[in-house]
Formats: sequence, C-alpha cells, structure tokens
Amino acid sequence: MSLLGALLVFLLFVQGANSLVYSLGRTEEGQRKVIESTGRKWEITFTTLVTFGGAFFASFPLFYSTSFGGAYWLWMIILFSFVLQAVSYEFQHSKGNLLGKRTYQWFLVINGIVGPLLLGGAVATFFNGSNFMVEKASLTDLDAPVISRWANGSAGLDALLDPWNLALGFAVMFLARILGILYIMNNVDDEDIRSRGSVRLVGSTIPFLVFFLAFFVRTLLKDGFAVDPATGAVFMEPMKYLHNYLQLWPLAVLTVIGVVLLLYGVARTIFSATYVKGIWPAGIGVVLVVLSLLLVAGWGNTAYYPSNADLQCSLTIANSCSSEFTLRTMFYVSLLVPFVFGYIAYVWRVMDRK
Amino acid sequence: MNHLLTIDPALIDWSRAQFALTAIYHWLFVPLTLGLAVVMGIMETIYYRTGKPFWRELSQFWQRLFGVNFAMGVATGIILEFEFGTNWSNYSWFVGDIFGAPLAIEGIVAFFMESTFVAVMFFGWDKVSRGFHLASTWLTGIGATISAWWILVANSWMQYPVGCEFNPDTVRNEMTSFMEVALSPMAVDKFFHTVTSTWIVGAVFVCAVSCWYLLRGREKELARQSIKVASLVGLVASLAAIHTGDGSAVMVAEKQPMKLAAMEALYDGGEGVGLTVVGALNPFAQPDYAQGGEMPLRIAVPYGLSILATHSTDGYVPGVNDLLNGYTRKDGTRELSAEEKMERGRNAIATLAEYRKVKAANANDSRLPQLAEQLKADMPYFGYGYIKDRAELVPYIPINFYAFRVMVGVGSLLLLFFIVIGFVAWRKDITRSGRWLWITAVAMLPLVYIASEAGWIVAELGRQPWAIQDMLPTVAAVSDLKAGSVSLTFFIFLVLFTVLLIAEVSIMCRVIKNYKSAQE
Repeated sequence: MSLLGALLVFLLFVQGANSLVYSLGRTEEGQRKVIESTGRKWEITFTTLVTFGGAFFASFPLFYSTSFGGAYWLWMIILFSFVLQAVSYEFQHSKGNLLGKRTYQWFLVINGIVGPLLLGGAVATFFNGSNFMVEKASLTDLDAPVISRWANGSAGLDALLDPWNLALGFAVMFLARILGILYIMNNVDDEDIRSRGSVRLVGSTIPFLVFFLAFFVRTLLKDGFAVDPATGAVFMEPMKYLHNYLQLWPLAVLTVIGVVLLLYGVARTIFSATYVKGIWPAGIGVVLVVLSLLLVAGWGNTAYYPSNADLQCSLTIANSCSSEFTLRTMFYVSLLVPFVFGYIAYVWRVMDRK
Repeated sequence: MNHLLTIDPALIDWSRAQFALTAIYHWLFVPLTLGLAVVMGIMETIYYRTGKPFWRELSQFWQRLFGVNFAMGVATGIILEFEFGTNWSNYSWFVGDIFGAPLAIEGIVAFFMESTFVAVMFFGWDKVSRGFHLASTWLTGIGATISAWWILVANSWMQYPVGCEFNPDTVRNEMTSFMEVALSPMAVDKFFHTVTSTWIVGAVFVCAVSCWYLLRGREKELARQSIKVASLVGLVASLAAIHTGDGSAVMVAEKQPMKLAAMEALYDGGEGVGLTVVGALNPFAQPDYAQGGEMPLRIAVPYGLSILATHSTDGYVPGVNDLLNGYTRKDGTRELSAEEKMERGRNAIATLAEYRKVKAANANDSRLPQLAEQLKADMPYFGYGYIKDRAELVPYIPINFYAFRVMVGVGSLLLLFFIVIGFVAWRKDITRSGRWLWITAVAMLPLVYIASEAGWIVAELGRQPWAIQDMLPTVAAVSDLKAGSVSLTFFIFLVLFTVLLIAEVSIMCRVIKNYKSAQE
C-alpha cells in the first residue's frame, strides 16, 4: 500500500504539469506540447489512483469504509476533479465538444491543483488524526447498524481547517509541480518551455520546501499515536514519529537518500542549462521519501489512521487489515506487479523514442 | 454526532439512486469500448495480414470513435470504484475482505494493461512496428475484457456469495476460497453473457454508423467492409448471448428465485409454468401479489418458464407467494417462510451481540463455542434480521418484468437483424440494398443501448432488497450520511455526466460527419 501511495505521489507529475500549462506554455503551440506530453501518461496516474483505492479496499477494508464513508465530501471533491481530467484530454481538441477547448484545459488545471492538494491533505490525517468513530457492535443494532461514522457534520471537510493538513496538502501540490516541470523539461524538446520551466522550478521549490519542512519537523516533534502491542490500546507518545524513524532506521536512511536525490535533481536542473534528466533522480527520491513517510505512519506500533474523536477508535494495521487469507491472496497477485512495471517501462521507452 | 439514530429511508433511496445513476451512465460507455475493441482488432488484423492502407484507415477511423468513448468510460468508472466506500461503507466493511480483492486485481491486471496499450494504439502508428501496434490494439481490448471479468466476479458475488465465512470476532465475512469466488458458476455465466452482449452493442454501432453513411451516399467502401465484419461479430455474439442467457436464467432460478419470480410477475408458482411473453401489468404500482392469480391479457409460452428455469417441462418454479409463505421442494427440503427467515436472522444478530458481550467479559468463557455454533447455524439468514416486513423482500415487480422483456425482445430482434444484414453484406451488396435496411440499422442503435441497460436493471433491481443476497440488505449497507448530502452529489453527477454525455455524442457525430476517407 505504501509503495502504491509513493508511486501515486510521483505520478502526480501529470497533475503538476497540467496546473502549469498556461505558465510553461506561453503560446498555444507550447500549451499543446505540454498537454500532449502529459496526455500520454495521464492514464497511468489515473489507473494508479484507482488501483490504490481497490488495493486499500482489499487490504484495509475498515480504513476504506471509515475514511471514504466518513470523509464523504473530501473524497467526492477529489473524485470530481479526476472525472474532469479523464475526459479533458480527449475532448479538448475535438470539434463539437460543447464547452470549448479552454474549458477542458481549465479542468486540467483545476485537477492539477485540487487533486494533489486534497490528496496531500488526506495523507496528512494519517499523522494529525480525523474525527471519526468506529463501533463494530453497532452491526447488531437493528435500527442503526452502520459501524463507522464521522463525529461531526462536516463529512471530512473539517480536515481542511487543520493548518497542518493544509501544509502537507500545499507541499504535495508544489511537489507535483516540481515533478511536472522536470517531466516536461525531459519530455518536450522546446527551448522556450525548458527555460520557463527552469524559472518556475525555483518558484515551486521554495514553497514546497517551506511547507514540507514545516510539516515534517512539526510531525517529528509532536505527539504521535502509539499503540500498546499487548492490549491494542492507543495512547499519545511524545515525538512518536521521530522515535519511529530512529527505531526503523533503514527508513530514515531511505528518507535521507530520497531527499538528496530530489534536491540533486532539482538543483542540477536549475543551475545547468543543458541538464534535462532531473525527473529521474527527483522521481526516485520522491518515491523513497513518501514510502518511508507512509511506513513510519503505520509501523512501529503506530495507529496509521488515528481518531481525534475517540483515540480507541483509531485504526492500526492489526485492527483494520484484511484476513490473512485475503492478504496472502493479494500477495500472490502482487507478484505480477514487476511484470506490469516491466511492460509499462518498455512501452514508455518505445513511445518516447524520437 | 450520530446521524443514524435510525436509518433515514431517504438516505437509502438516494444512495441507491446515486449508485444506479453512476452505474447506468458507466454502462453507456463500457459496452461500446468492449464491443468496438473486437471490431477494431479484427480490422487491424486484416490490415496486418494484407498490408492494404484501406484497412489501416478503417481501423484508425473506428479507433478515433473508440477513444472518445473510452475517456467517458474511464471518467464514469472511477466514481464506482470509490462509491462502495463513500456511500456503502457498512457494506464495504462487512464484505470487503472478499469484495475488495477482485477490485484490486482488476486494477493491477487489467487497468494497467488497458491504459498502457491504449496509448500505443492511439499514438503509436508511426512509432512502432505493425505487429507491435496490432498486439497493442488487441491488448487494449483484452485488458478491458479482463477488467470486465473481475467486476463481474465482484457483482456475481453480490448475487451469490460463496467462498466465505462469517467471523464473529472481527464482525465481518472473510474469504475462505479465492477460486470459489473467482470461478463461481454465477460469475462465469455472467461474464460470458455480459461480454457477448457488449459485442452486440459494438456490432450494432458499426452497422448503424456505416448505414448512416450509406443513407448519405458516402463512404461506401468503409460501410461495406465494416458491415461485413460487424454483422459476423454481431451474429456470433447474439447466439452466444442467447446461450449464456439461458445459463444465467438457470442460475437465477436456483440462487435468486425471488428475482425470477419478479421478472415473470409470477405470484403463485407450480410445475410446468408458462413463460409470459406479454401481459398488462400496471407499470406504476407494485401488484397485489398476495391475492395470487395472474396479470390481465397474459400471453405465455406453455411450459416455457419451467424449461428456462429448470430445463424440464414439469420443473417447479416458485412464485412470490411461495417464497414468502414457504414451501417444500421436490427433494423434501423446506424453503422457510419470510417470517421464519426473519426470526432466524434476528436470532443470528442477537447471538452475535451475545457472543461479543460474553467474549469481552471473558475470552475463555465456556459458552463461546456454543454461541459460535448457534450463530453459524443461523448465519445463512443473517440479513433477514434487518427486514421488518415481508413486503421488503419483494423487488419492484413491474420494472423487473418489463425490463426483462425489453432485453429479450430487443435481443431477439437483433439476432434477426444480424442474420438479414449479414446475408445482404456477404452474399449481396449492402451498398445497393434498400434504404429500409439502412434505416433499420440506424434505428437499432438506441434499441441496443436500451436492451443493454435493461439487462442490468433486471440484475440489480431484481436483487433488491439485498446488497448481498440474503446476507446484507441495502438498509444495513449504507454509510452514515445526511440524505441531503447524497441527494446533492446525485444531482452533481446527473448534471456532470449528462453534460459530458452530450459532449461525447456531439464529438462522435462530428467525427462521423466530417470523416473523409482517402478512397472517396
């Protein structure tokens, strides 16, 4: 799950590039090049998002039901933006598209901003908590058998009132832009786009660093949601996530490597007039950092989906995962994943050949 | 704040309406994706074998239309993937251990295949070899078909839950056999029936567009060759759909007898029951089935329903009242009455509550094994415990009755259509046939979509009140939401999907209208 999540964040380069289509492409021709470039990859992001949802359903059905059913409006807004994206590539240039090319391009921009922002905000709730309650015994209440509920009427929108959720949301949004710029610079052979990209890279990197560092440092220093492995009771532990990184030190190493790769990819692209392969080190770096972050959220006796409404309703890997049988089945299925990556990589290589 | 002090019926209705809306819209686009994929694959295979530019051009034309439609299929599909969680969270928890796996596998195995190779299909004509491009075209269709397999496995499991066991400690159903789930006879039947029906949609679409060109006196060679391919695909698919439809009917008779009774508006069953062809059933109200009898002006094929359901002229087919009042089967076993099932269901739920209470007090309490056994014995009726009135167990008969007839009627008509147009296309010259045939082909297009949707209406509305047959009614499957929120998202989806549908149709019409082949 964490690996899928990390890959999804990397693939948000599609959204990032789309959010900058009018900024990277000064002319209509430039804008066309940007959209055509992401147009060849958008389905992979989409598919990864859908697979992420399905995998969460299969592996952590209690998270799937609690989060999606509870944070209804948060997820609906995310989904609406992706619905708009799905049709916009195909429809924008088509005659008779009813809404005009500009409207579809703005749909791509909207998805490019809203998608990463809200997904980032949703991930932040892994560290900051959400307002939900779970009571499995409710299933035996004939009049009200629903076991999970949001503890207030906001249906998930209250997550956006927490500034630390917004911090990670904005961090992911700017990160998507960074990756989008790097991707476009690598994929589109256009001097004007590349030079504009270089400039905008600075404009996205600074806010990304501010928001991400603020979120990350605060997360390391704040109380975290620890689980007593013997009783399953959830309690607050000071600097829990820092302790997790220290105990699970390979994740800390991965994080450091990832950060270095990301900064290397960005810095070299900014300072070199000819280097356009920054997407590779930066992309790998992002995957490593996000993977580590997501693992730290749930490993080391930590409640990965904590409840602020009732601490003991928090979800842990143990109390929310599927049965061993299902997890084993999904493990066997996941053995196909390298094969899937293999043919995707092969096809991308073939299609990107000049 | 607990919204669900009791379940608001409006929440159930809006949640059902929203899922129905999104599923119906999704099913407008998926059949054309699956059906056109076969037609395109055949045409490009001919290009590969002959090397003639005409066939490349033809393939590219249908692929252009495929692409417009594919995008909408993707857009409407993402909502469904997550809607189980957003609107049916209790369902997602209760059966997610089984239901989630097919959806996840669909993503890993099928979606990535579709989304990767569709890019080659659209953009790779001059970038890759002919063989690689042909393989990509077929893999796009195969990916879409594998996707259909897993979705139909999931849907079939809702109709006939197998390969699972309820765990009172985790308060959910858990998978015990992946093969039973993935290869359930209901899933196999449903897959072949559904997929062949999509090939019919694709074939009709190609015939309709081609005949529109003939009506305009244009693109005659495109039309001639396209209709040849499509008529063959349509004929084979129609015969396969009829055969698999028969298999589906037997499955429904065995596993969902109330659905069959509703489809037939059969109030009192019996042996040697006739199959209703037509009758004057009031479409606007649930009939008073408790009174028995049959609908006015009923015309039936003698023994037809018994043959359809049991493959025997004297096979017993239970009616609505038999299923509600209980009856003794031929093998001596007893079908419990609605009230008996509801009582067993309430017992199951009460036993579960007792089990959890006892276990929370003392994990080694000696009463636990007995409670677990008792629960297991009543578990087949668990869902009935949430039912308050026997009337809830009867689906809305008029919609099921008419939808089934629309599906079978139009399906039969299409078989005849493909025989005729195929004969003209292969043995004569379709470009010189009478206009009546071209007009008929165009007229078939809306009919095939209506029939396609009608099939799903029977499948899903006939299953009511069950989200999972016998296990969980819709009333216990929803999320804890305000009905107002769901009604608002319902209307947002309605407006959004309708606007996009109009845009898609408009684009496709323009593509068709503006197309000019190199041959013309």
